[in-house]
Amino acid sequence: MDIFDFSDGREGYYGEYGGVFLPEILHATIEELLECFRECKADPKFWQDYVSLLQNYSGRPTPVTYLENLSRELGGAQIYVKRDDLNHTGSHKVNNVMGQGLLTQRLGKKRVIAETGAGQHGFATATMAAKFGFDCKIYMGAVDVARQRPNVFWMENLGAEVIAVEDGQKTLKDAVNECMRDWVTNMADTHYILGTACGPHPFPEMVSWFQSIIGMEAREQIVAQTGRLPNRVYACVGGGSNAMGLFQGFFDEPNVELIGCEAGGEGVGSYMHSARLAYDDASVGVAQGYKTYFLQNDEGNMSETHSVAAGLDYIGVNPIFSYLHDQGKVRFEAATDAEVKETLKLTMRTEGLIPALESTHGFVVALKEAATMAKDEIVLVNMSGRGDKDIFTIADALDDAKWKSFICGKADQYRAEKK
Amino acid sequence: MGLEAFIAERKQDKDLLVMAHVVCGYPSFEDNMQELEIMAEAGVDLVELQFPFSEPSADGPLFVRANEQSLKAGTTVDQCFEFMAKVSARFPFKVLMMGYYNTVFKMGEELFVQRLREAGGVGYILPDLPVEESANLHQLSADAGIEPIILMTPTSSDKRLAQLGAASRGMVYAVARKGVTGSKTNMGDDVIALIDRCRQHTNVPIGVGFGITSKADMDFLRGSADLAIVGTAALQTWEDSGAEGLKAFFADLLA
Ligand SMILES: Cc1ncc(COP(=O)(O)O)c(C=O)c1O
Repeated sequence: MDIFDFSDGREGYYGEYGGVFLPEILHATIEELLECFRECKADPKFWQDYVSLLQNYSGRPTPVTYLENLSRELGGAQIYVKRDDLNHTGSHKVNNVMGQGLLTQRLGKKRVIAETGAGQHGFATATMAAKFGFDCKIYMGAVDVARQRPNVFWMENLGAEVIAVEDGQKTLKDAVNECMRDWVTNMADTHYILGTACGPHPFPEMVSWFQSIIGMEAREQIVAQTGRLPNRVYACVGGGSNAMGLFQGFFDEPNVELIGCEAGGEGVGSYMHSARLAYDDASVGVAQGYKTYFLQNDEGNMSETHSVAAGLDYIGVNPIFSYLHDQGKVRFEAATDAEVKETLKLTMRTEGLIPALESTHGFVVALKEAATMAKDEIVLVNMSGRGDKDIFTIADALDDAKWKSFICGKADQYRAEKK
Repeated sequence: MGLEAFIAERKQDKDLLVMAHVVCGYPSFEDNMQELEIMAEAGVDLVELQFPFSEPSADGPLFVRANEQSLKAGTTVDQCFEFMAKVSARFPFKVLMMGYYNTVFKMGEELFVQRLREAGGVGYILPDLPVEESANLHQLSADAGIEPIILMTPTSSDKRLAQLGAASRGMVYAVARKGVTGSKTNMGDDVIALIDRCRQHTNVPIGVGFGITSKADMDFLRGSADLAIVGTAALQTWEDSGAEGLKAFFADLLA
């Protein structure tokens, strides 16, 4: 199955989802981007350069780790984890960013902009911009700036300007809107490094292409380690880029089940979540440049979303997943905030792994299901990022007294220095 | 009377028409009505009623806030159509719907065209709906005598302008510069060049918008454009100095 073989007149569409819904002023920019992307995709040398950049700069290939303790403890399927947390900057976001960085060079542009939720995409973009010598501006919702300060700190120290977006819900979708506004003004010298497989064509295809490196590696690694393909493959789904990346390694395998794990927030019926496909609250709409399932009201205005994980706290989902969901090719489940906190404690204590809050959503569903599966079955989970960035949120969730007294001490010290 | 005929009629005794803009329900529908009274009094020819949307990504800060506040106050699509019906019955200017495509998509294109017509609207501006995606809506509009306003921009190639020109009905909205609504445009040779390029690809009247704030801008456009489109500057004036300010603003603009 090649979902990127578009039929005539349906370029950029996956079933009824996808497309390009942008102001006319960006038409030429998107055409230019599409043409450049087509050249890159057709050029084997481009992919080689991309892979060697990630090998030498970001530590690819990332390993696949067998979770022996947890598999034994749960007594079900054998659990394996793809370790994209071991990338430079701590998440899979860097794959897409390095790819688009090379593409920005080809476009001859000197400035990059990006939206970010958890800050991982912004962090990776700021890193790439420093390395490639681009000017860099990152838009981030003010709510996310407050909850992901460590990433803001690194972005700024890497030389990027971070803008806290005060519009709307002050989260990821609002940062995307601000990027659009910047782009319609500065497209002549600026490339918009969209951070997930959403937005107008060719972004869903392009981001999926760069992230496919996860699935290519993982397939080879799991077969090498276990002699076979996994039964089920899990990944968290914000916009859907890490999941698309991993799943592409298994799309053609009828016996591998693919499970996308969305943010259930406070659960079914709470209307405080970001589950577009796992719950029944979303409907098809057009916003942020593309058509997909959005969490919105009957009049098409977007609903408030929620997740403990800033990187999953988003109204829309990759149009490819909307299509694969309709086709029954990918199953969608949700993990709640409460489940995520429990599972994070478990993976830390039993395996010494600290997944990002986003990635932990995949672990929740995988561990729940693995426990019910046979011992000779195999599950593979994507650890899309590491949890270091979440130290403040996790410390709050765990109500860690020692951490709090440390922060109070630091605050006292800064106050004293100010005087 | 259709939009193009209306513009032709109004142009018989004026060389440059004015299209103004209000965001429905911001600051309130009562404020909107007062603003429109002032606009009608001053002789404004066309008005865009913006239906608020939660993701107004083609708008600048002032309109972003207006969209957000209006929705927060509970503005619905029904209210916007009711307001449009009242406005088009009451004033001599013609009324267009301005908004984002999701509002239309969720309601259904057929129902949208029908409701717009029933409310007395003569056309619509949907900045995030490209011509590639418009075939069905444009057909429905043509059947109902409603005009889809096409946008032409400084970044549009000649090939693209030809495509846009072929789809243009009623009038064309020429976007004077890159960017979002709100900031000032330096009216210069490139704006005139844009209008000239647009004219090569369409026979319908051309309105120029984005950043028009003053009589000087009007004087500049006179003889080149058919309409000047005034958005942010009017709302800013309303916010800064209320009814008196807005009267003075339009009196100066249309002097
Ligand atoms: C570690 C991590 N995983 C997952 C995501 C979700 O994005 P996507 O669904 O595109 O992989 C994010 C987004 O910020 C992230 O930081």
